[in-house]
Amino acid sequence: MRAAEIIEAIHKKAKGLGNIAIMEVCGTHTNELHRHAIPQALPDNIRLVSGPGCPVCVTAQSDIHAALSIAGMKDTVLCCYGDMLRVPCGDTSLLGMKSDGADVRSVVSALEALEIARENPLKQVVFFAVGFETTTPHTAVLIEDAARENVGNLSVLCSHKTMPAAVTALLSGKSGIDALMCPGHVACITGRKGFDFVPEKLKIPAAIAGFEACDMLFALLKICDMLEKSQLECFNAYTRAVSENGNDPALRLTYKIFEESECEWRGLGRITESGLVIRDEYSFFDARRRFEIPDFTEKNARMCICSKILRGEALPSDCPSFASVCTPETPLGACMVSSEGSCAAYYKYER
Amino acid sequence: MQEKITLAHGSGGELYREMVNEVFLPAYSNEILCELGDSAVCTAGERIAFTTDGFVVNPIFFPGGDIGRLCVCGTVNDLAVSGAVPQYLSVSMIIEAGFETEKLRCICKSIADTASEAGVRIVTGDTKVVEGNKADGIYITTSGVGVFTADRKPLGQKVVQGDVIICSAPVASHGVAVTVARSGMDFSPVPCSDVKPLSGVVDALLSSGAEVHAMRDPTRGGVAATLCEWARDGVDITVDLKNVPVEASVSEICAVLGLDPLQLANEGVLLASVAKKDCAKALEALRNYQYSTSAAVIAEVESGNSEVWGITDIGTKRRILMPRGEVLPRIC
Amino acid sequence: MCLAMPGKIIKIEDSQAVIDYGAVTTRADLRVKPEAKVGDTVLVHAGFVIEIVSPESAQEIEMLVKETMGEA
Repeated sequence: MRAAEIIEAIHKKAKGLGNIAIMEVCGTHTNELHRHAIPQALPDNIRLVSGPGCPVCVTAQSDIHAALSIAGMKDTVLCCYGDMLRVPCGDTSLLGMKSDGADVRSVVSALEALEIARENPLKQVVFFAVGFETTTPHTAVLIEDAARENVGNLSVLCSHKTMPAAVTALLSGKSGIDALMCPGHVACITGRKGFDFVPEKLKIPAAIAGFEACDMLFALLKICDMLEKSQLECFNAYTRAVSENGNDPALRLTYKIFEESECEWRGLGRITESGLVIRDEYSFFDARRRFEIPDFTEKNARMCICSKILRGEALPSDCPSFASVCTPETPLGACMVSSEGSCAAYYKYER
Repeated sequence: MQEKITLAHGSGGELYREMVNEVFLPAYSNEILCELGDSAVCTAGERIAFTTDGFVVNPIFFPGGDIGRLCVCGTVNDLAVSGAVPQYLSVSMIIEAGFETEKLRCICKSIADTASEAGVRIVTGDTKVVEGNKADGIYITTSGVGVFTADRKPLGQKVVQGDVIICSAPVASHGVAVTVARSGMDFSPVPCSDVKPLSGVVDALLSSGAEVHAMRDPTRGGVAATLCEWARDGVDITVDLKNVPVEASVSEICAVLGLDPLQLANEGVLLASVAKKDCAKALEALRNYQYSTSAAVIAEVESGNSEVWGITDIGTKRRILMPRGEVLPRIC
Repeated sequence: MCLAMPGKIIKIEDSQAVIDYGAVTTRADLRVKPEAKVGDTVLVHAGFVIEIVSPESAQEIEMLVKETMGEA
């Protein structure tokens, strides 16, 4: 079926609805929606809001600071996924440290860190691990491998987060969000059931969406349908990849190595049971315990409304710094850093 | 000659002469260079095009090319898109002590082969040697002179409302090849750079008699950067994204690494803004030449407000912006 | 947040799968989805297979859309 026909169906469906706001909590959704120019194609009464779904956006300044501190230490190699390189902290970033001569390497798989550790036995190799349910099991495999092989010079700076607690903290109580478009690849791991908390606790309908234009459009259509019929459920609109119960081996790997803990989110503050830390049995591989990391005091007093944007209370264009002080070259809040950040996507496609 | 380049090779003495005689002269040989004067004395027409470019690519040898082929193509292509016929090149090298002589020979062979393919002569050069670990192996700067023969005139960079934009070859191949080579990712087949001289492509286009208003080789910043620069003159450019040629393998690698093919560097692609009436003529001429067989119209120029738009695969319209910063693979 | 591409497993050696995307192949680790086998279409995220994808035709989405619109 052609995307245009689903867009037409959404227009029909939306006629019976008032103004509605649908939050997507996945950076790849944000980017793909804008890459296909879907927001502009939707009826005027449907507004899409980008929630806290991209690790680059939600990783706390203190974690970036820790990564920068480690990268600045003698004889260390800091590895991380490409996106994290541009995230600013103070007046620098990992990319900035790299230009100043620090050994910072961008990897496309967690296991590359192990290879780098093997190749550099005289250096400390630290993997700065970010990501949600989908990405965390990879770091678990890395730590398992390192433990099995007794790799003494590898450790992990863990900044992994989990989705449900944060979404709950964000949307509990009064919120302007009418429905949630759930991240398909997180749901691959957690299963459809993993998002039942949305209708049950938050009392809004949800649809799990894939990432092709038609996948996202169908999820949006289904959301309109559920809103019209006042149905409160979590609908699986990505059945070809998302099962009811998720990926059990992945979840077991994650909880073998990590346990839940309170976690700091950029713009949202500390949220209980929303982060993962390395279990005591594997503490040898915990960079936070291996290195002495200087304290970080957040001086984020500049005009930036990241938190409101993440809460869905404001659009990027409502921020006084947006596109003036805060641009993709000189990002203030992390929403501008990633190409998928709410502000960067907005800057790129909708300004 | 010794197996490795040493500081002494840069000192102008006997070892320097040995390097020139055993490595450079046999590779680049031509009568102007062999004079070995302090300057090359050459003939050119009344108006010339003159350009220079520095090359610091990492890795030095990459799939589909090396710094030698790149440093010739970079300068030749800058000359060619100005409308000139590339003629003479200088090659200046900064080599790190410890660099293997065999690698230097390979680079020189590559320079010589590419120059001969592009119809240019290396007429002068210089070589300095710096201490180990100070120059990533080798840096090369080339300068070039192109002449405007009787049938050629200098080309402006002004795209005109009603033009079509033709893209001569699949985009993003160089950017993907270099990104993958750096990342250590293991794709098969290994993606290759498109690095090639564009002098023949430009010849084919201009000899077709088509009315050409602007030409560029979209290197760093890719097709997106060139279109955004062109649009600054107060026109809108609308790209039909499905018509932009991209090799299937390049497109898949871009999807895996989260890269936008429009923003990636090219080293063998010509973008030309051509009067719509001459579109068929231009396309035919290009498609008959070996380096532009998949030439395609990718965009149209309309009156507007200096915007570049892309028609997506689902028929919606999105803004295309000037790329920013280094292109990095992402997983998120 | 999670870029993942579907590809087909054409070979498995230990915990490494060779993934065919159509025009290129690459490797991916199977330990997050150990039950994946040769011939499966899988989603690959950051070098790991994360899920097996079942074939779903465009007709199915069409049916679902029609159903939602009360036309089926």
